[in-house]
Amino acid sequence: MKVLVAVKRVIDYNVKARVKADQTGVDLSNVKMAMNPFCEIAVEEAVRLKERGVATEVVVVSIGPKAAQEQIRTALALGADKGVHVETDVEVEALAVAKLLKAVVEKEQPGLIILGKQSIDTDNNQTGQMLAALCGYGQATFASEVTVSGDKVEVTREVDGGLRTVALKLPAIVTTDLRLNEPRYASLPNIMKAKKKPLETVSPADLGVDVTPRLKTLKVVEPAKRSAGIKVASVEELVSKLKNEAKVI
Amino acid sequence: MESNGLHQADFDLFIKQVQKYVLEQLVPCEKEVFELNRVPEHIIIEMKEMGMFGVTTPEKYGGSGMNISQYIQFIEEISWAAPAFRAILSINTGMMTTAILKCGTEEQRVEWLPRLAAGEIACFGLTEPDSGSDAAALATRAVADGDEYVINGSKRYITNAPLADVALIMARTSSTNLAKHGHISAFLVPMSTSGVTVGKPDRKMGQAGAQIADIILDDVRVPRSALLGGVEGRGFMAAMQSIDSGRFSVAAISTGYAKRILASGLRYSMERKAFGETISNFQLIQAMLADSNAEIYAAECMLRDGTAKADRGQRVTTEAACAKMFASEMCGRVADRVVQIHGGAGYLAEYDAERFYRDVRVFRIYEGTTQIMQLLIAKAYASRVLRPVLTRDSYIQSRRITKPDRKWQVFK
Ligand SMILES: Cc1cc2nc3c(=O)[nH]c(=O)nc-3n(C[C@H](O)[C@H](O)[C@H](O)COP(=O)(O)OP(=O)(O)OC[C@H]3O[C@@H](n4cnc5c(N)ncnc54)[C@H](O)[C@@H]3O)c2cc1C
Repeated sequence: MKVLVAVKRVIDYNVKARVKADQTGVDLSNVKMAMNPFCEIAVEEAVRLKERGVATEVVVVSIGPKAAQEQIRTALALGADKGVHVETDVEVEALAVAKLLKAVVEKEQPGLIILGKQSIDTDNNQTGQMLAALCGYGQATFASEVTVSGDKVEVTREVDGGLRTVALKLPAIVTTDLRLNEPRYASLPNIMKAKKKPLETVSPADLGVDVTPRLKTLKVVEPAKRSAGIKVASVEELVSKLKNEAKVI
Repeated sequence: MESNGLHQADFDLFIKQVQKYVLEQLVPCEKEVFELNRVPEHIIIEMKEMGMFGVTTPEKYGGSGMNISQYIQFIEEISWAAPAFRAILSINTGMMTTAILKCGTEEQRVEWLPRLAAGEIACFGLTEPDSGSDAAALATRAVADGDEYVINGSKRYITNAPLADVALIMARTSSTNLAKHGHISAFLVPMSTSGVTVGKPDRKMGQAGAQIADIILDDVRVPRSALLGGVEGRGFMAAMQSIDSGRFSVAAISTGYAKRILASGLRYSMERKAFGETISNFQLIQAMLADSNAEIYAAECMLRDGTAKADRGQRVTTEAACAKMFASEMCGRVADRVVQIHGGAGYLAEYDAERFYRDVRVFRIYEGTTQIMQLLIAKAYASRVLRPVLTRDSYIQSRRITKPDRKWQVFK
């Protein structure tokens, strides 16, 4: 079985994001970029499936500027077999990403598609769901456990009330939550070997997808500054403060 | 010879992985390292798997072939975490690999470099109870006996001795001191060799988790093939050839760790209040942050320049000594200021500032003390500055002598 994994290049989670002075977006110049953490979990899960003999090939796809090849190469160093880069400098919206991924799915014919549940830059949490709808495949979002058996995949999902286990017919879409696995680090020897793995570049036009944005960002602003909270010693003090200072009860 | 080192894109990817690894695994593991007084086994295994022990080993010997600039950047990154983590691998990647590569025979390279790159831990035995700065005065003896050498003596303060698989032991092969330290040879001694014993790990001021101990060599028999380079008298050269990269490495940990230390000082200064303000608002606190920041930058510049020269094949003994001296002293000043920024809290074990202060003290001592660096730099400086004058004088002298000679020849 072939597994397709989608990865996104995003601002590193350790970097303090700043809004551009003209409020058109987040300032990404000279900022450290990395693979979206949920995508790392997706790559790890696919590589583990391969190591367990469940998957035969792991294909990793990324949509974005030329620099996104860095994230593809990282995934190859982590154990993926082949990279597909859909190169575009347009800031591609979730629906367009899903359409591009669908085109890649049609070409690669994977048995399982794993994505992060969301990317930490825009926090949309919709690409996996849209892809499932476009492909007509079953979806299991927020996965904390994935077990493939025969032509089915059983997925434990993290839902508000606890855990829900679903069984899907393959091919299927899975999106990862934080507790699915702990991703490994790419070793230097594997980084060096990854250079020899195939990396194919295509354009959205090659895939017949129009990526022109349909949404307009009006402005991006920093969250309002909040002053530091205080600690209270007792419930009585809390109630009194809520009554007398905050005047909310 | 110019050294391009590891493919730059691969290096960049790896450095990002290292930064991630340091923040996500090494820093959170520090407390455990201090409690155990060693690096836990699972971390050592991970570091081996990530290829960290083989970063400087050429590809054909099972490593990744970083050049010195790249290696030093790697050390700087890993030095954000406690010094114990660097200690566990830096003897392999620095001293040992350089010595074997530059001074070993091809058989020795083939035998040892892949094993060291894979993570068999090495230690480097130069210092003795009665010789440190004056390393050439060492007393450990190696006497040829048929196909073997018999080594007797003891080594002191040897990093990683308690967990090492192999030691490079410097020993004299001549009882009298020879010119160019030709009385010193180096031997590759597996720590399992009969007659090798290791003392109890020494209790130290700082750097908990990095272990040092004595090595006692009592009639240790090694085959002649253990003699580094196969020729007697090359030991000191091996030590000195690897010491430049060792000094850059201490400069790199001083710089990398200073960044961590200063960041903790900055964080504290933005949280702590005095006189109704956060102390970072006080210009005297800002001065300490600014001075430290500028000095860290200066050390980084020295490292970039010195290692770039080394990669172009230039001799960098002076640059390495300057960088080692400046960066280690700088790190001491930064750690001192960060204690000061913490006030009373800086004196308590509860805060990192206290251990930073103890950890960095040794940077000014090992791989050559600051005083030894000063001697070396002054000597090199004098010979560099004075030489052109001497040559010019002797040049004029030589003209005066040869001119009449020539005339005489013409007349004849
Ligand atoms: C944590 C740690 C790890 C170490 N790891 C290793 C290791 O792995 N392998 C190894 O071989 N060694 C190791 N060493 C030893 C280290 O390299 C020596 O301690 C160092 O070189 C100084 O030698 P010494 O201790 O004998 O001091 P000494 O040489 O006795 O020096 C004492 C003082 O005299 C000064 N001094 C000496 N000579 C002169 C001079 N000519 N002019 C002016 N001042 C002078 C020195 O600067 C110093 O201040 C380690 C030491 C420590 C503390």
